[in-house]
Amino acid sequence: MVSITREDVEHVARLARLTLTQQEVQVFTRQLSQILAHVDTLRQVDVSGVEPTFHAVPDLVNVTRPDVSRPGLPVDEALANAPQRSRGYFRVPRMGKEE
Amino acid sequence: MSELYRLSVAQAARALRAGEVSPGELLASYVERNLEMEQLTHAFITYDPDRAAKDAQEVTRRWPELGWSVLAGVPAAIKDNMCTRGLLTTCGSRILDGFLPPYDATVVDRLTRAGMVLLGKTNMDEFAMGSSCESSAYAVTRNPWNPGRVPGGSSGGSAAAVAAGQAAYALGSDTGGSVRQPAALCGVVGLKPTYGRVSRYGLVAFASSLDQVGTFTRSVEDCALVLQVIAGHDPKDSTSVPRPVPDYRAALGRDLAGLTLGIPREYFEVALDPGVRRQVEEAIHDLEDLGAKVGECSLPHSEYALSTYYLIAPAEASSNLARYDGVRHGLRSSGDDLESMYQNTRHQGFGSEVKRRIMLGTYALSSGYYDAYYLRAQKVRTLVKRDFELALERFDALVCPTSPTVAFGIGERVDDPLTMYASDVLTVPANLAGLPGLSVPCGLSEGLPVGLQIIGRPFDEETLLTIGHALEKHRPLDPEKRGPLYRPGGDPYVL
Repeated sequence: MVSITREDVEHVARLARLTLTQQEVQVFTRQLSQILAHVDTLRQVDVSGVEPTFHAVPDLVNVTRPDVSRPGLPVDEALANAPQRSRGYFRVPRMGKEE
Repeated sequence: MSELYRLSVAQAARALRAGEVSPGELLASYVERNLEMEQLTHAFITYDPDRAAKDAQEVTRRWPELGWSVLAGVPAAIKDNMCTRGLLTTCGSRILDGFLPPYDATVVDRLTRAGMVLLGKTNMDEFAMGSSCESSAYAVTRNPWNPGRVPGGSSGGSAAAVAAGQAAYALGSDTGGSVRQPAALCGVVGLKPTYGRVSRYGLVAFASSLDQVGTFTRSVEDCALVLQVIAGHDPKDSTSVPRPVPDYRAALGRDLAGLTLGIPREYFEVALDPGVRRQVEEAIHDLEDLGAKVGECSLPHSEYALSTYYLIAPAEASSNLARYDGVRHGLRSSGDDLESMYQNTRHQGFGSEVKRRIMLGTYALSSGYYDAYYLRAQKVRTLVKRDFELALERFDALVCPTSPTVAFGIGERVDDPLTMYASDVLTVPANLAGLPGLSVPCGLSEGLPVGLQIIGRPFDEETLLTIGHALEKHRPLDPEKRGPLYRPGGDPYVL
């Protein structure tokens, strides 16, 4: 039986770059425990010697195309949806906190 | 001719060919129908009749060169997770607020070339995560058969629009049943083609090893017509398979004699509504009467399919949804630095179901748990797939219910994720195995539609269409024309 703690939920939220409210932490701690208890039935299955299926089409291998340049999206179109842009780039807040 | 919106795609195409109606008149009928139905169904996130009128004019202009296309001039709707150039595409999420894609999804491009008149973008569970359309950030779509019930999900808007006469056909996407289940609950035909049959380029990714674009139509013939246009290899989607596309219409009207149908025992052992069980069993008897040979089979790992799905799909989703960070498109929340901007954007932009699945998927992929959850699930997936391979050696197709219940009440399952997830128990296995599945209306229970699901061999959509078409002719859902397509807007509904 798996049990998920508040700390687990807060850790996973950090990994996923999600800020959760205290209430969300509480609800997810309960719900994720329930869901994981449910999927725990997979432990009953004997999977020894079984290869994983990562993909439903078995005969499909890496698909490549000739390495030649093709026209792409013009910069203006690529930036058209950006919340903030500057001189042909996406603009974002500074990466680190000021000392 | 009035009530043109009631024509099937095939009927509308004939009327357009014969010059009995123009694309503009057909569109006008749909726009008028939308006025009386949309306030009840909330099927659309974006509805743009002006844009559709331009499409209709363009089709009229191109008419001489569109002779090859039966879809030319027929009004359609697209689920809001497929990119439409310059037309709002939200995925039912606040995080894509205002997103105007710079390109068309390949399926949209193919339909446009075939003369589609695009009415708008349909409502859906946020990022296609849900079975009821209730997790949309924009509206709750209602089932046109009974507005107190859900339309199913995640492609609930597409299903409701087609059922209510707000679109002649629609596209949806199916990751764990998101086309077949709402089709069943709304009494329309829903096809999830084989993984690899239809391009996903421009379909916003949810779980990439499971996602497939599918169709909603009011008849199996219409399903064949739409599939014909969207199927085929696309160099822009490396998972689309370069196989010739057969003539799907030729599969209609074929004799069922000689076909063998398997009934997966385990699919009838889950808790089925008695009315669903009855209608599906009767439909299977009908198929037997029509000449098919029916026998029982076993898919022994079925009981593990749902758990397998609810590890694999969230794991893939947690990775795919990492791109929503407020940098390139959609919502951006403020933050003192980059990291807090990411976190605030995702906190405000995602709804609770999406957060729950990102959390579940991130957990299943995280260090120390990968082998126990994700890898184990992928191995069980192999066993689920193998069950189907063995069964489909003996049988041409498998038949079972699409959904264990008819449309459930709005709000009934929202607070209980596990009960909501169980709505998908009969549809997720085909996604895990990459197989095609067709849901065809097969009767009513409690006055609500029941769907028969037909699951076939990879790339054998033809057999599904043959069986579905025979059933539809023999067992029409609504012979007395009492369904939502024939109702005047508003009148018989009490909200």
